[in-house]
Amino acid sequence: MSPDGAVPILAMESVSVTLGGRRVLEAVDLRIGHGELTGLIGSNGAGKTTLLRVVLGLLAPDAGRILVGGQPVGHRRGLVGYVPQKISLDPDMPIRAMDIVGLGLDGHRFGLPPLGRSRRGAARRSRVEEALASVGAERLADARIGRLSGGEQQRVMMAQALVSRPALLLLDEPLANLDISSISEVVAVLARVCREQGVAVLISAHDMNPLLPVMDRIAYMADGRLASGPTGEVVRTDVLSGLYRHPVEVLRVGGRILVAGADAESHCP
Amino acid sequence: MFTALMTNTWLAASAVAVVAGVTGFFAVGRGSSFAAHALPNGAFAGAAGATLVGASTLLGVGVFSVAGALAIGALGRRGRHDVATALTVVVMLAAGSLFITLKTAYAPEVYALLFGQLFGVSSAAVTVTLILGGVSLIALALLYRPLLWSSAVPDVAATRSMRPAVTETAFLVVMALVTTMAVPVVGALLIFSLLVSPAAAARCLTDRPGVAVGLGTVFAVAIVWVAIAVSFVTALPVGFLVGSGGALLYAALYAATRLAGRAGASRRHYRRG
Repeated sequence: MSPDGAVPILAMESVSVTLGGRRVLEAVDLRIGHGELTGLIGSNGAGKTTLLRVVLGLLAPDAGRILVGGQPVGHRRGLVGYVPQKISLDPDMPIRAMDIVGLGLDGHRFGLPPLGRSRRGAARRSRVEEALASVGAERLADARIGRLSGGEQQRVMMAQALVSRPALLLLDEPLANLDISSISEVVAVLARVCREQGVAVLISAHDMNPLLPVMDRIAYMADGRLASGPTGEVVRTDVLSGLYRHPVEVLRVGGRILVAGADAESHCP
Repeated sequence: MFTALMTNTWLAASAVAVVAGVTGFFAVGRGSSFAAHALPNGAFAGAAGATLVGASTLLGVGVFSVAGALAIGALGRRGRHDVATALTVVVMLAAGSLFITLKTAYAPEVYALLFGQLFGVSSAAVTVTLILGGVSLIALALLYRPLLWSSAVPDVAATRSMRPAVTETAFLVVMALVTTMAVPVVGALLIFSLLVSPAAAARCLTDRPGVAVGLGTVFAVAIVWVAIAVSFVTALPVGFLVGSGGALLYAALYAATRLAGRAGASRRHYRRG
């Protein structure tokens, strides 16, 4: 139970994962409430992607329990939306943004998609357009997805994840490889989606700073261990030193937070 | 050119072209062109084995192509897909060369399976081709959305749709069915050309997956019809005409769309702004 008594959308209890003899997740506890925006912060190799894969049911943990919406994972019901880190789309594949988003709605079903002229086709089409509009990508509907820019493709992938009306949206490093103005745009879109659609959002990132204004909670990872809570309670010299198991220092400089002594990845902005 | 015997040729070749056009959309879209090459060639070994033990060619081709599809699917799960495909086709061709050596008598019908022997298709063969073709089309219609999704965005499809290995193996088995329907009547070279070039050419002309499937099918049928007619008049081999015709069509469309201007083509699709 979360503090307000409701069932959290995601509950992980002492989840451990070992891959190739290496402990990638170590007794991770994480709870995310409905409609919360959480930043999953950590350097490369801290275990962020593994955690997302476990929540998606792509990887079974060695120990621990994961409940999504109060149910064990593995039910592929569209409750969880996912935007992968590397979006590698074939530029020659004849498929439009609206086709991609439509697959997010019913791509798991057998048979041909409903025709655009039928009633079901029209309903499908309006769901697709609504999803594209919610991430500001309505004008991309007819474009071949492989020919769009990285930022545009990412918006279409967000629409694909949102069109099934998930309760939890997972995004793996959506801010990596974006320029500064695109970063603030994507953060604004995610914050709006979280607020307006009431979907819980978990965003992995190696730099927490772009997310500071919008994060409800932080989940900070180091070496497979995780500490979560309000940013002010987690991003402290004593808490993070305990997590890293060596002394680090949290510095606040001009509105930015730097973690000094963590490693090369996590303290650079 | 339109005698009773030729009617069988037209029918069988058209059926193969329709099924290959549809299957080719996914073969090219999933990056399975190599498997589209490997299965028909490996299936040739099955036909050689069948003549050796006195079984029907169709059975030999069917058993070998389905076994090949399952082997590629199983090996591809653990390692790289191209390596799995190469290993499978090498083993199958090796078996084929052994079978041919063991059968000391000259077997021209086995060589016909490689390059095609379109003129002189029996009515029984046409019936089998039509039935297997129908089954393949129904399977592809059922799998349409899971196949399209896992071809376009495999990472996301894996979280919501069928397991990637299951989707891939299902598609390879459909390709094995298409091989089985096609190799005995048109030969391995012809079905391989028809699986790749019409679908690749269609990708140049449209951004819509449904339209690409349709265009690829139209191209496949047109190539086959023109090839049969030209072959009938000039006595050039059908396999040569289909293979080179398909490649020429792809090259021409690719060059034309490049010349038409990349910038203009991609901007045109924006509705507003």
